[in-house]
Amino acid sequence: MSATQALRERAPTPPLRPLLAQTGAELYMTLRRGETLLLTLGIPVVFLLFFSKVNVVSTPGTTPADFFVPGILALAVMSTAMVSLGIATGFERGYGVLKRLGSTPLGRPRLLGAKIVTIVAVELVQAAVLLPVGIGLGWSPGGGGMPAVAAAVGAVLLGSTAFAGVGLLMAGTLRAEVNLAAANGLYLILLLLGGMIVPISKLPAAVQDVAKLLPAEALSAALHATLGHGSAPPVESWIVLAVWAVAAPVAAALTFRWE
Amino acid sequence: MPAVEVRGLTVRYGPPGTPPAVDDLHLAAEPGEVLVLLGPNGAGKTSTVETLEGYRRPAAGDVRVLGLDPAVDHARLTGRVGVMLQRGGVYPMLGPRRVLDLFAAYYADPVPTDELLDLVGLRAVAGTPWRHLSGGEQQRLSLGLALIGRPEVAFLDEPTAGVDPEGRIAIRRTVADMKEGGVCILLTTHELGEAEKLADRIAIISHGRLARAGTPRQLLAGGPDTAPGHPDAAGSGPSATPVVTFGGPPGIDAAALAGAVGPDTSVVESTPGRYRVDAGPGIAAPAVTAAVATFLADRGATLTDLAVGKSLEEIYFETVGVSAGRNDEPPAGAPVPTGTRARVGRGRPGRRARRGSAR
Repeated sequence: MSATQALRERAPTPPLRPLLAQTGAELYMTLRRGETLLLTLGIPVVFLLFFSKVNVVSTPGTTPADFFVPGILALAVMSTAMVSLGIATGFERGYGVLKRLGSTPLGRPRLLGAKIVTIVAVELVQAAVLLPVGIGLGWSPGGGGMPAVAAAVGAVLLGSTAFAGVGLLMAGTLRAEVNLAAANGLYLILLLLGGMIVPISKLPAAVQDVAKLLPAEALSAALHATLGHGSAPPVESWIVLAVWAVAAPVAAALTFRWE
Repeated sequence: MPAVEVRGLTVRYGPPGTPPAVDDLHLAAEPGEVLVLLGPNGAGKTSTVETLEGYRRPAAGDVRVLGLDPAVDHARLTGRVGVMLQRGGVYPMLGPRRVLDLFAAYYADPVPTDELLDLVGLRAVAGTPWRHLSGGEQQRLSLGLALIGRPEVAFLDEPTAGVDPEGRIAIRRTVADMKEGGVCILLTTHELGEAEKLADRIAIISHGRLARAGTPRQLLAGGPDTAPGHPDAAGSGPSATPVVTFGGPPGIDAAALAGAVGPDTSVVESTPGRYRVDAGPGIAAPAVTAAVATFLADRGATLTDLAVGKSLEEIYFETVGVSAGRNDEPPAGAPVPTGTRARVGRGRPGRRARRGSAR
């Protein structure tokens, strides 16, 4: 009896080991998926080169590189935090992976933690690729110094949280295939309305009013200010980003269905 | 204390009033025991198992795993319980070795990956992404994942579904291994042969209710029926007279054989070359087998596959079929497709038509 009980006494799992292993697996899968690499690195790099070099979109009051580098960085954040995360999570839900993980000691906080670390890691890779390309294209960060960089990083973190919330909101409620289409569709809409490639001033006034309420436009406005002009982001960008960064994850958490 | 306890479980997938998927079910299983839930598709097996896994909450009744409520104490159980879902549940991009290594990191004292790869027979495909594995290999990987954390209780939902004979042997070996280690295993299947081979005890579930339970030997001997409250219990209780089944040449004279065995005996050729003898009262099993052997020998025929007692298949169809006949008008939206009921219920009258009896 005492022998059996001794056997049954279990040492707790070290709390970091599951998180590290899960993060490693998430990173491995993210970087091995061709379509993810195309979305998070290929398209932003091609867009940055194409629009900076080919004068299809005029950028009044600024050089092409100074406009497109911040805009494409915002696009890259959206690709990683919303589209890549959302599609992958939707399929994991569809394949029953999330359900299966629910019966292991991994737990939701560590699963979410692994996904957050993965997003940040991919964004660092994106920055490491896009910023040198931008510099090569003649981008000059606007001379805002450390305050501008800090504000840009803050805006990226808020924007990532908001986009991740939107991605998970769809992933947790839609069928995997529908979620795939919806995430790609939303990506296109936000790309066009987000001031990332097309300056928002070129949109009709009514569309501009709507676009300014979207997290895509708020993030790209904040990055244009900090990394293009070297100035502080407009207050309304902070407000819009903060509201989305709270509302979208809360909505995702409330509606997420694990199977 | 039983490792798994189900007391009056009712599971419903709609508002109160919809017909339940599981209806007042009682079960228990001890450490080191393999309890098989056997029943047709839609009988409520998966609903029961998923309640025990903590995925759903009972509409009524109570379940306990290792003395804990799996929905409320979920986090305290995940390290002690192994789960094999009916399908899926694995990252399609990852191969068995990567998946096992990943899951190993979730647990304090996991089974080493190489040991598991050998146990479930996946070493040759250890690097093959899950989506390129065969159905049987996927099932075996799922089984490996269920036991990687050295669980005290394992829930295996249809572990042999779609698995080739070789895979079935690997799965049986694995289940025997776990049982030896004192693991309580609750597994579901609709395959009679697997149930008979794997089970210490079988619980036959029909329409969400426990129709019969016992060791395979008890079930084959016709009792004891451990579901005394069940309405079918009276009609299908222990039979006092022996039943003998055997194989021989098709078309032997059933009436003559019945006469040779003794009074009030009936002989049925259930399928060509398969016979079933229901001996009359007072005739002992040895007398029946001797009479059958002599009868065939006198006619120069070879006797094969003789067994005393009903086959599990017969018991199963009696049980499931009888239940199906009881509530013949299922309410709309009932969990069991009516086609299954009809098929299960049929076939028996046809057999009676071929019956020859001696009076």
